[in-house]
Amino acid sequence: MTGWQTLFYKEILRFWKVSFQTVAAPVLTAVLYMMIFGHVLEDHVKVYGTVSYTAFLVPGLVMMSVLQNAFANSSSSLVQSKIMGNVVFLLLTPLSHWSWFFAYVGSSVARGLLVGAGVFIATAFFATPSFVAPWWILVFAVLGAAMLGALGLIAGLWAEKFDQMAAFQNFIIMPMTFLSGVFYSIHSLPPFWQSVSHLNPFFYMIDGFRHGFFGVSDVSPWLSLGIVGAALLFVSAIAVHLLRIGYKIRG
Amino acid sequence: MPAISFQSVSKTFPAARGGSGQPLKALDNVSFDIEEGEFFGLLGPNGAGKTTLISILAGLARATSGRVLVQGHDVQTDYAQSRRRLGVVPQELVFDPFFNVREALRFQSGYFGVKHNDAWIDELLDSLGLADKANANMRQLSGGMKRRVLVAQALVHKPPVIVLDEPTAGVDVELRQTLWQFIAKLNKQGHTVLLTTHYLEEAEALCGRIAMLKQGRVVALATMADLLKSASSNVLRFKIDSELPPFLAGKARITGRIVQLPAHNAHEVEQYLAAIREAGLHAEDIEVRKADLEDVFLDVMGANA
Repeated sequence: MTGWQTLFYKEILRFWKVSFQTVAAPVLTAVLYMMIFGHVLEDHVKVYGTVSYTAFLVPGLVMMSVLQNAFANSSSSLVQSKIMGNVVFLLLTPLSHWSWFFAYVGSSVARGLLVGAGVFIATAFFATPSFVAPWWILVFAVLGAAMLGALGLIAGLWAEKFDQMAAFQNFIIMPMTFLSGVFYSIHSLPPFWQSVSHLNPFFYMIDGFRHGFFGVSDVSPWLSLGIVGAALLFVSAIAVHLLRIGYKIRG
Repeated sequence: MPAISFQSVSKTFPAARGGSGQPLKALDNVSFDIEEGEFFGLLGPNGAGKTTLISILAGLARATSGRVLVQGHDVQTDYAQSRRRLGVVPQELVFDPFFNVREALRFQSGYFGVKHNDAWIDELLDSLGLADKANANMRQLSGGMKRRVLVAQALVHKPPVIVLDEPTAGVDVELRQTLWQFIAKLNKQGHTVLLTTHYLEEAEALCGRIAMLKQGRVVALATMADLLKSASSNVLRFKIDSELPPFLAGKARITGRIVQLPAHNAHEVEQYLAAIREAGLHAEDIEVRKADLEDVFLDVMGANA
């Protein structure tokens, strides 16, 4: 294995060794959302006119889990190794900033997709959505996970303690995922909040992802692809730059 | 080509945010070379800049000005090459709690692009007395054992230049001996060793050449033999229960009841003893010994006060 592959493999092994916490727990959380919201709203809400609420909810929950776990992976790994001090083992190596980037983002994508697959299998017992355009599903899952993995890298470099990390997660990542249309179609919102939702890049990830299942979405998947792709490039550029200058890791 | 070359290295830390403190000049124009195969000691009191200098060498920190080369490779512009040549044992006792000893060593090999390294990993584990801990999780190891793993991690890619930042701080006698035997063996095989330590007797026993840092400057740079020669050649040592006369107190190094006075010749020894007699004091366990590195160290640090 080359240097970045070793780091990628180590990062995979790191979350796999605590998979109850990193994989099983988020799957269970998603199932609980499914049971509660599905039970309460199934008979009252139809989305896009035809789709049952439970079926609509499945891709939303899957994508929310993909995004949150991709973010959690790189951010918690980095902040932990900074606080434990073992990040020095990486700093002493010839690994380039690109190696760091691909290893951390790659392992975040892997965890995001693994948890996403777990959530899908578990929630599919409640309602199986169709697979109208599977390529869109894959494209948005990978791009979304990569963007959150890169965002996690930035947060992990920036945070100096767990409290700051939790603030980033709870005050930025959580609201942006919850308000992106996981639990509802934004067409059900008043016009003002619809416009606000259009400013949230997370909305396009979930909307594009859902398009892959139902073939219907709030906006065109091509528009979503463009916005998600641009957001990914933007966030990645910042992450790579911070790694290159050794932001808060090299004195 | 020197193994390590420090060229006018300075490092200034900005004043702490919110505080009214001055910027801290941790290193001030430090220049010296360490030749291939040397066992080199970097000494100095706490806060002298030793760890800052090593951090810059290892790429953990950046110099404000000046540059550092490892076997001709700049640690900033050619960091991949310079880091391949360096094995650094960090001062802090850090570890990754997720993995066992063998996993940690395999990963460290992998980061350096070294494949199929188990034969060398086994040799390292054997040499450092870690063979029976290979499958133990890092969390289960004692402090001394963790320290050995740090040494193994630093050597896993067979670096020609080895840097040890206070490797024996808080380590028991047995490990110190194991460690020094092993490092001395590597040095004989041609590895360059740069060592910082507070144990001056260790430095005296091991190092061929010494640099002393004080407040970020090099205040001494010489072979061990020359340093020992430069100091007052002898020390008068005795125990005493009462306070020394001012004439002696100014020159003496006092540790509890033990008094040590630098003496260049027999005449000086006689003068000291006469002063004690005249003061009506009673000295016990009187001996004259040769000056050691600790005397030189205190001389140098005192002279530059």
